[in-house]
Amino acid sequence: MPRSLLASYPKQGDRFDEMLDQDGVVRPAWRAFLGHLDAASGEQMRHRCADLHRRIVENGVTYNVYADPKGADRPWELDLLPLILPAAEWQQLAAAVSQRARLLNAVLQDLYGPQELLRDGSLPPALVYGHNNFLWPCRGTRPPGDVFLHLYAADLARSPDGRWWVIADRTQAPSGAGYALENRTIVGRVFPDLFRDLQVQHLASFFRDLQESLAAFAPQSNEAPLIVLLTPGAYNETYFEHAYLARYLGFPLVEGQDLTVRGDCVYLKTLSGLRRVHAILRRLDDDFCDPLELRADSALGVAGLLQAVRAGKVLVANALGSGLLESAALPGFLPGACVKLLGEELAMPSVATWWCGEQAALEFTIAHLDRLVIKGSYPSQKFDPVFGNQLSSRRRAEMIARLRARPQAYVAQELVNFSRAPAWSKQHDRRLLARGVGLRVFVAATPSGHVVMPGGLTRVAAVSNARIISMQRGGSSKDTWVLAEGAVNPFSLLKHTVGKADLVRGGYNLSSRIVENLYWFGRYSERCDKTARLLRAGLSRLLDSGADASRALLAAFDLCQALQIVPAADAAAQPAEPSPPATAGAAHQVLLVQAICGKQWGDGLAGGIRRLLWVATQVRERFSLDNWHAINRLQHQLQCYAQAAGEAQRVELSDALAFLDQVLLAASSLAGFAMDNMTRDDGWRFLIIGRRLERLAFLAASLGQYLRLPAASAAANLEWLLELTDSIITYRSRYMARAQILPALDLIVFDDANPHSVAFQIDVLARDLDKLAHLLGGPADPALHSARQRLQAFDVGRFEADDAREADAARDLAALLADLALAAAALSDRLTMRYFSHVGGISHHTLAW
Amino acid sequence: MQPPAIRYHIVHETVYRYASPVSLSRQLLHLTPRNCSWQRTLAHHIAVEPTASWTDQRLDCYANPVSDLAFEFPHRSLEVRAESTLEVLPHLPAGTRAAPASGRRTAAPLPLCLPDSPPWEDVRAALAYGARPVTLSAAEFQFESPHVRVKHEFAAYAAAAFTPRRPLLAATQALMQRIFDEFEFDPEATTIATPVLSVLADKRGVCQDFAHLMLACLRSLGLAARYVSGYLLTTPPPGQPRMIGADASHAWISVYCPEVEGGRWVDFDPTNNLLPDTQHITLAWGRDFADVSPLRGVILGGDEHELAVAVTVTPLAADSTADAAPKDAPGAPGANARWPVGDAGT
Repeated sequence: MPRSLLASYPKQGDRFDEMLDQDGVVRPAWRAFLGHLDAASGEQMRHRCADLHRRIVENGVTYNVYADPKGADRPWELDLLPLILPAAEWQQLAAAVSQRARLLNAVLQDLYGPQELLRDGSLPPALVYGHNNFLWPCRGTRPPGDVFLHLYAADLARSPDGRWWVIADRTQAPSGAGYALENRTIVGRVFPDLFRDLQVQHLASFFRDLQESLAAFAPQSNEAPLIVLLTPGAYNETYFEHAYLARYLGFPLVEGQDLTVRGDCVYLKTLSGLRRVHAILRRLDDDFCDPLELRADSALGVAGLLQAVRAGKVLVANALGSGLLESAALPGFLPGACVKLLGEELAMPSVATWWCGEQAALEFTIAHLDRLVIKGSYPSQKFDPVFGNQLSSRRRAEMIARLRARPQAYVAQELVNFSRAPAWSKQHDRRLLARGVGLRVFVAATPSGHVVMPGGLTRVAAVSNARIISMQRGGSSKDTWVLAEGAVNPFSLLKHTVGKADLVRGGYNLSSRIVENLYWFGRYSERCDKTARLLRAGLSRLLDSGADASRALLAAFDLCQALQIVPAADAAAQPAEPSPPATAGAAHQVLLVQAICGKQWGDGLAGGIRRLLWVATQVRERFSLDNWHAINRLQHQLQCYAQAAGEAQRVELSDALAFLDQVLLAASSLAGFAMDNMTRDDGWRFLIIGRRLERLAFLAASLGQYLRLPAASAAANLEWLLELTDSIITYRSRYMARAQILPALDLIVFDDANPHSVAFQIDVLARDLDKLAHLLGGPADPALHSARQRLQAFDVGRFEADDAREADAARDLAALLADLALAAAALSDRLTMRYFSHVGGISHHTLAW
Repeated sequence: MQPPAIRYHIVHETVYRYASPVSLSRQLLHLTPRNCSWQRTLAHHIAVEPTASWTDQRLDCYANPVSDLAFEFPHRSLEVRAESTLEVLPHLPAGTRAAPASGRRTAAPLPLCLPDSPPWEDVRAALAYGARPVTLSAAEFQFESPHVRVKHEFAAYAAAAFTPRRPLLAATQALMQRIFDEFEFDPEATTIATPVLSVLADKRGVCQDFAHLMLACLRSLGLAARYVSGYLLTTPPPGQPRMIGADASHAWISVYCPEVEGGRWVDFDPTNNLLPDTQHITLAWGRDFADVSPLRGVILGGDEHELAVAVTVTPLAADSTADAAPKDAPGAPGANARWPVGDAGT
């Protein structure tokens, strides 16, 4: 039996320990879990950590850190061990947080209504009229059921005596519920037996309640309500969560530009036209929601949204203007407001708060600055908390001057003592660390009252004696296990009973922007595949020696230049004098390797992959997890390769080829997912059209250029051409001979049964486009049909003849293929104009005086 | 005896011409004059070309009339013509009188001296949290707003006018005088995006800038002051006809003063160093320009656009003012408590 983990766990100091009582004895709720950990070997625990990490990476759980210069997604930090709370304690906590949700809703109802709290002095007008999230145009607007806070979150901390305190209220668009769900999905799978045996309460019913209450509060019309999740976009710090929740709740994920207000109704722009939106679960800040009436500089909002809300034609959750309550100054006034509005005592205290706008509070703050933290009253101040005990005497005097100059802008708070909980050490095999933890608890408003998520997002400080916990500052997180008293309700949102009336077919609610991005996803994934294939065809010729190989290398290199995959000859840094063949190969290798990973973001194959990853991000919620894993793997591989290539002066040929193999593998799994794993809706149709169109454009352009090469009919060149077009297996099985131009061209250009031939692309694309025209209305596009006729009219037998006539034939076919490449580009432009033109165009603001 | 009302005809024309078609446009219009106890609208009409797809009329949260228009079809231009006939009563605070000649430069025919008012510190104390009664209608205009910052720089600038225990109205008038003396009217110097701190630093701007600056000074002192959007009758030089289109939409401020007439707002025009009376026509008020911009819109498409604005304010002939005394216009705020009109030296 290994040594107990408790032996090295730091003993209690001045903080509450979630796992140990004051005598150092393990609390009952933790006994089974700790026993299990004690019994596990280092090997088992290493395995669990690796499992946890793999799931985070594969699910693409990320958190954007604004301060990060690269703006890169950072993998989500999740501790192996959950925070465990016993049932009885949870019930008290949940009741108190639920009361607070009711109270804050009542406060909003008053402040956007009669303002009795201001009239009788219960609240200072400065905290309302001076708050940038008090939305003046929303005064007098009553949301359905008088519910402002459909989803509310409270940040809690536990003091040394074991009491829970509220340290912050999240009323605008609380984040973290999706991360809590994701944490559960991952940690629950790492400890499946414990999770079941300990009777941990499930989270799914909370999300169903949220889903159903939004539908219930939404305005009714004769159709099933359409609820969307409005995100500020992929660069938001919690975008992962937006996409995750949207998929989990079954709401289309939309950006402001996907919505439009006509009259006083809100619509989603879809390929099949405008579709009425009944409710918006928003993750966009209050003042960004409507550039017409709120912040004029917002490109993220929906012009006219406020009027739609006033007219009762759309539900916005949380109600516009609910960010008003996110003020550090407010908690001090809540005990009075609770008695006044609810006739109850406030059940859970807030951390002690003094608003300096009151003279007595200001003097108290100045006198006790050493044991207080100063915060801004309004979120718009962007004022970082100042800890009084960390100030030099000069800074202290400056702070006091600021407080006196504008007292109402500052709040003093007592220092928060977070409790400690065990965290699993990443450095040791078996070691528990003590880390400060805070708990974010979520409450949903339903027509029959408030429900509390039985769990929450436990946030973990980077150190044990933290004063602040922030994911932006490198904190971590934990799953939160609330133990059940009786049987666990095993409900899962995914098995929710669907009646016949709820059946949905097709993708009617796809926004046009999503469809456009899927189209480009199709094009970019095919482009990466073909570029990688061509570079591999060139580079792998370097592995062989001999005249054939070097001739093939030169031909492939020429084609790369013609297709602008490597810089044209004059632009390339070629050695001035003619070089012997050996160094010529070396120079080509350098250029081909550079074509993989250029210096600029958008250069080379890497640039293509980055574009692919970018559009994938835009449509992330459309991909299955497995599909997303493949995309994440590709991103990871690109990062590794780019880093290695950046560090090494010279990339090894084998590394470059290995990377190309990885890209091709990823591209083929993306293709597989597209064929087998996506619903056949309009979005999928456009993705496939994008792939076909790109393949057609590439085949036509590259074959057209190939036929202009001097040694186009050389067997060594035809070999790699067949590789490039993924037709080498078919060729060998048919002819079992060295490659010859006639059968090769027949297979690659004319054979309409070869899925990699030009003819095949035209046929399938024409069929898909006709179907699209049929589904979405409008005339069919004639371009492909006439291209097919020209191709059919070409006599491939002309390549049978002598060299001179063969050259004629090659020239004619090259011209035909070049025309076809141009036609493909023009077709893409027409598709964009026809189906996506209403997507483009950012609204802008105008002002006259 | 009813003092004479002055009757005006106002045309406010706005024309947008877009370089490429605008496919969707939404416009919020603050072009309908609000009713006040000293001002009544006799006729009002807004003509829009092209015809809007959807319209809504409502009062905003400050009770200004607002028109909401949507254009949901491609168009290359937008013309809005707001036409009003209204009358304005003198409404300076009771007790306003001609000041003894000081030799200072002012735009008014005669400098005016406002009636006595409480020391400004007492007004600040009455508006502070904890004081009773709570005057919410004033508190609305006491804090920062999109164009008005509350900063010690502004309080410091105002300090020369707001000397200890000086009556509020006298101090405010001195602040107006100071802004008028030290700032230069310069339409090229600023845009609507110019922060009010830069206006203070550069000492140049237009009427909106001076109004925002004066609001920032007053609010930084803890006082309540609002932004007034309206029109100004520009007096033509003697013997010359009125210039059509020369008049522009204008802005000034109003400060809340308790005790005088039971608590009222008093207007100040820092651009002209004037106490607004019958030469100022009130359109709307709010916390600053952002609340009451005459036309605020969001358009899709259009690329570049040209904007032309023309305002014409014409006083109507004397005979048409015979029945000018405002009846208690329905819906006019404060209509039942029309303020007594002082023996202003006009």
